[in-house]
Parts: sequence; structure tokens; C-alpha cells
Amino acid sequence: MKRAGFSTRWLPILLLLPQLSIILIFFYWPAAHAVKSSFYLQDPFGFGETFVGMKNYTSLLNSSAYLRSAQFTVVFTLLVTILSLSLALLLAVKADKVIKGAKAYRTLLMWVYAVAPPVAGVIGLVLFDQTWGPLKDFFGLFGWDFRLGVNYFDTAFAMVVVSVWKQLPVNFIFFLSGLQSIPKSVREAALIDNRSASGRFWDVTFPLLAPTAFFLLIINITYALFDTFGIIDTVVKGEPSNNPMTLVYRVYVDGFRGNDLGGSSAQSVVLMVLVLALTVFQFRMVERRIHYT
Amino acid sequence: MKRIKFENIVDHSILIIGSLIMILPVVMLLQMASTTDLETMRNGPGLVFGDQIPMNFEKAMFEASGFSGENTGLSMLYNSLILGFGFAVGKIVIGMMAAYAIVYFRLKFATLAFWIIFTTLLLPLEVRILPSYEIVQKLGMLNTYQGLIIPLIASATATFFFRQFFRSVPEELIEAARIDGAGPIKFFIDILVPLSRTMIAAMFIIMFVYGWNQYLWPTMITTDEGMFTLVRGIKQITQTLEGTNLPEYGKSNILQIIAILPPVLIVIFFQSWFVKGLTESDK
Repeated sequence: MKRAGFSTRWLPILLLLPQLSIILIFFYWPAAHAVKSSFYLQDPFGFGETFVGMKNYTSLLNSSAYLRSAQFTVVFTLLVTILSLSLALLLAVKADKVIKGAKAYRTLLMWVYAVAPPVAGVIGLVLFDQTWGPLKDFFGLFGWDFRLGVNYFDTAFAMVVVSVWKQLPVNFIFFLSGLQSIPKSVREAALIDNRSASGRFWDVTFPLLAPTAFFLLIINITYALFDTFGIIDTVVKGEPSNNPMTLVYRVYVDGFRGNDLGGSSAQSVVLMVLVLALTVFQFRMVERRIHYT
Repeated sequence: MKRIKFENIVDHSILIIGSLIMILPVVMLLQMASTTDLETMRNGPGLVFGDQIPMNFEKAMFEASGFSGENTGLSMLYNSLILGFGFAVGKIVIGMMAAYAIVYFRLKFATLAFWIIFTTLLLPLEVRILPSYEIVQKLGMLNTYQGLIIPLIASATATFFFRQFFRSVPEELIEAARIDGAGPIKFFIDILVPLSRTMIAAMFIIMFVYGWNQYLWPTMITTDEGMFTLVRGIKQITQTLEGTNLPEYGKSNILQIIAILPPVLIVIFFQSWFVKGLTESDK
């Protein structure tokens, strides 16, 4: 708060009112509702509900389909995060280094940020199309009989490729802006101390980029968990059947399609706890980061 | 000297390959939109562009898909624009007001309000999607623009962003304004808002793209085809490609292009604002 702030009573309340009421109605109410429903079993025809305690949670843990999704989500998140971060870092380092065409490269590498995830998913469908998909044909040259939507591994592969493609620009933008904020004097000093470019990168540039990389790590995990919904839904053409799916996609499939409100709410609560843990972890690391700089 | 040149070539090659990977998939959509449906059905994406874009464009814009005949490209474009603008404007106005109240007023419950608002940063809409749907249904807001936009606004990203910015505005400004006798409303409208112009522009671009690209929420909340946005309509478009004798690839691909064009153009043309808004929100 500002020291010389105003002390009018009614105005700030009026100013806060729209934000607070929207949040209470569309955030706290549904969140509380999800927690509550997770302890109940709903009648599928809408006639009342019975309290079942932790049963929705224990049946989640005993469901092999749910555990399979959880396992897939972990692998998927790791792959998407690691691949898109490392590729973006490589491109950002190069884009920061070149002089000619730097601006054009920057634009070309970042515009995909604005492409909607389901459109990215449709592009994946075309690339891996069963009859004439260019990437399917390409893998065919190596004897890989790619079957999107049929083979579990192939479908997961396509999901990862599309998700990485869609996420590269965000990481690229942050890495490039991180690189450009490294003072010139530091770079010049490093140039005198260390002749090898890769040595300079790992000893000087990379540690200076570490805060950005850490921030991006959290952003990418959240992206892989939540924002890939549109990609997954289009890649499986809305028909999940035996295809891999992430936990968020399962909340939608079980709750909205399968009408299992209690189970879906329990899944929501599990995800909430997961995100909260991530955020607490992030805040603790950010505190440390302030310590550094 | 020669080694440096070699290094240069490697750098540029990496960047060119990266750029091609980003562009080619979309060029492929454009190519498929430029040929006849029969050609696409037989051979898929090719190297030669056809002359069918005007025809396919007309089909995409004015011919409805689906059963009700209400979702033409034009109506979906209109809905997408309303969602993008409504979301961006709503979020910025509400966020600025709340941030102003938190930063510039002595409030007893300021800390409480702060925490109530900023807890929302922790949980994305996706994890509470079903109960949110039920509440919107109870309020009778299914298939309305309010139901589409307002629940999406229920997070504090913009508020947080403006709070950070207002805190960096020098203290002397408000002192001077008070000496000159400016009240809180005058100070906000005449000084703070003009001062935040760049920040507002940056936020607007990010929020517009975010709102325009929403998929899950519109999929749940709009069942009425006349309310579909372009991004929401994609699923239906891809589903109509299945099982028909001659799927309308041209129309479908033009719709995909139209669905990405406005946000892509905004990001390209207002690049510096957009990058600033995106990277500043990290602090």
C-alpha cells in the first residue's frame, strides 16, 4: 500500500466489489462444491445424494484406468517440459547471437503462441493422418507403422510432438528476454576469461538464466497438465476409448460424459492439491531467488 | 576467420530449421485450403497451391455446418470476437479497479481481500470445471455471452499484474495530486489510467489471445450452435470429416486459418507490447 493512500471508506469497497463477487460466485463456490461432492455419491438421475466419506478417493486409487492416466500424465508432463524447454533454450541462444535477421527469426519463432491448442491438435491429425499424413509417411520410411488413435504409444507420441510445438514460443520468448537482460559488461568479462563458447555458456550464461528457467519449469508443468486439453481432445477426436489421456481430460470425460459427479469431483480435488503443492514449492523457490539477486 | 564463418552457418541453420518447423504446418493447412476436396482426399497435403481459396472461403464463411444451420463461419467469427474483447476488457477493467483499491487505499481488510483475490491464481478453471458448469446452469447462463465470459474472468492475473505496476508508480505522484486537491476518482482517471497505457495495451493483447483461444469452457457452456466460437467449432468441423463420402477439407482448413489469424496478427504486429506484458507478469 502507498504511504499517502486515500482514506475514503466506501470507494475501495465499491472498487473491489465486482472482482470479489465474481470470484466468490465463480471460484470459491464451485471449488467448495467440488470438495463437498467428492465425499458424496450422486444418484445418476438427480435424486439426492448419499454421504460416502472417502470412498470416491479410495475407488480412484483402486481404478487401474485412473492410475494409468496418472502415470501417463507424469511421463507426458516430463517429456513436454524437458523437450520444449531445451529446444527453446537452444533457439533463444542462437537468436540472441546472430546479428543478421535477428528480428525476423524472433517473429517466426514466437507467433505460434497465438495458435489455439485445438488447431494445433488438428494440425497433428493432418501430419499423422492414416492415409497421407506427411510425418506418418516419413516414419514409414524407417519401417515405423504409425497408427494414430489406434496404437497407444503412437497416439501419445503425436500428443507430445504437438504439445511441444505449441509450447516452444512461450519458452523462447522468456529465454530470449532473459538472455537480453544479461548486462553487456558481464558478457565481455566472460569473453576475456573463457575462450570457449560452450564453456562460457555453462559457466556464465546458464546460471544467470536459472531463475527464468525455474519460473518456466512451473509454467510448463502447468501447461502440460491443464492447457493441453484442446490438443488431446482433438487428437483423439473426442473419442478417448483406449487412448492415453491426462488427468484433466479424465475429469472432463468421467464427470461431463460419464456423469460420475462424485468421482470426478474427487479427481478435481486431487488436482487442486497437486497445483497447490506446486505453487507452494514455487513460492519457496522464489524467496530464495530474491536472496540471490 | 574461417571457423567463425562455419559457426555462423550452423547458427543460422538451426534458426532456419526452427522457423520452418513453426511455419510449415500452417502453410500445409493453407495449401489444403487452396485445392479441391477431392484432391485433398486422394493425396493429402501437397506442394502445389490451387486456386480454390475464394470458393472455400465463401463456403466457410456463409455455409453452415452442423444440424441447426446457425453456425456459419461468420457467426462463429462474431462470437469469437465478442469472447475475445469481452474477456479482455472485463478482465482489465475489473482488475484495474481492484488493484487500485488494494494499492492506494487504507483498508482494514486489505490483507484479507488480497488473499481472497490472489488464491485464485492457484487453481485454473480446468480443475473446477464441473461445479462451475453446474453453477452457471443454476444461474440460467448456459448459452449466453455472460455465462461464457464472466466465469473466465474469475481469476486474478490482471489484478496481480496491475498491482505490481501501481506499486512501481512513484509515491510523489499521489502526494502532488493530493496537494492539488485531486480526489481518488480524479487521480485514477486523469493520472493513473493514462500512465498505465502501455500496460493496458500489453494486458489487452495477452487477454484477447487467451479469451479467443478458450476451448474447454465454451465446449461445455455452449450447446446452441449459434453460440459457437471458431475455436469451439473446431471439434464439430473435424467430426464432420469422418465418415462422409467427400469430406469438406477445404472449408474445414479455411476455418482453421480464420480461427488463428486474428490472434496471430495481433501478436505479430504488437510484438513488443506483447513480449513486455508477458515477461513483466513474471515479476
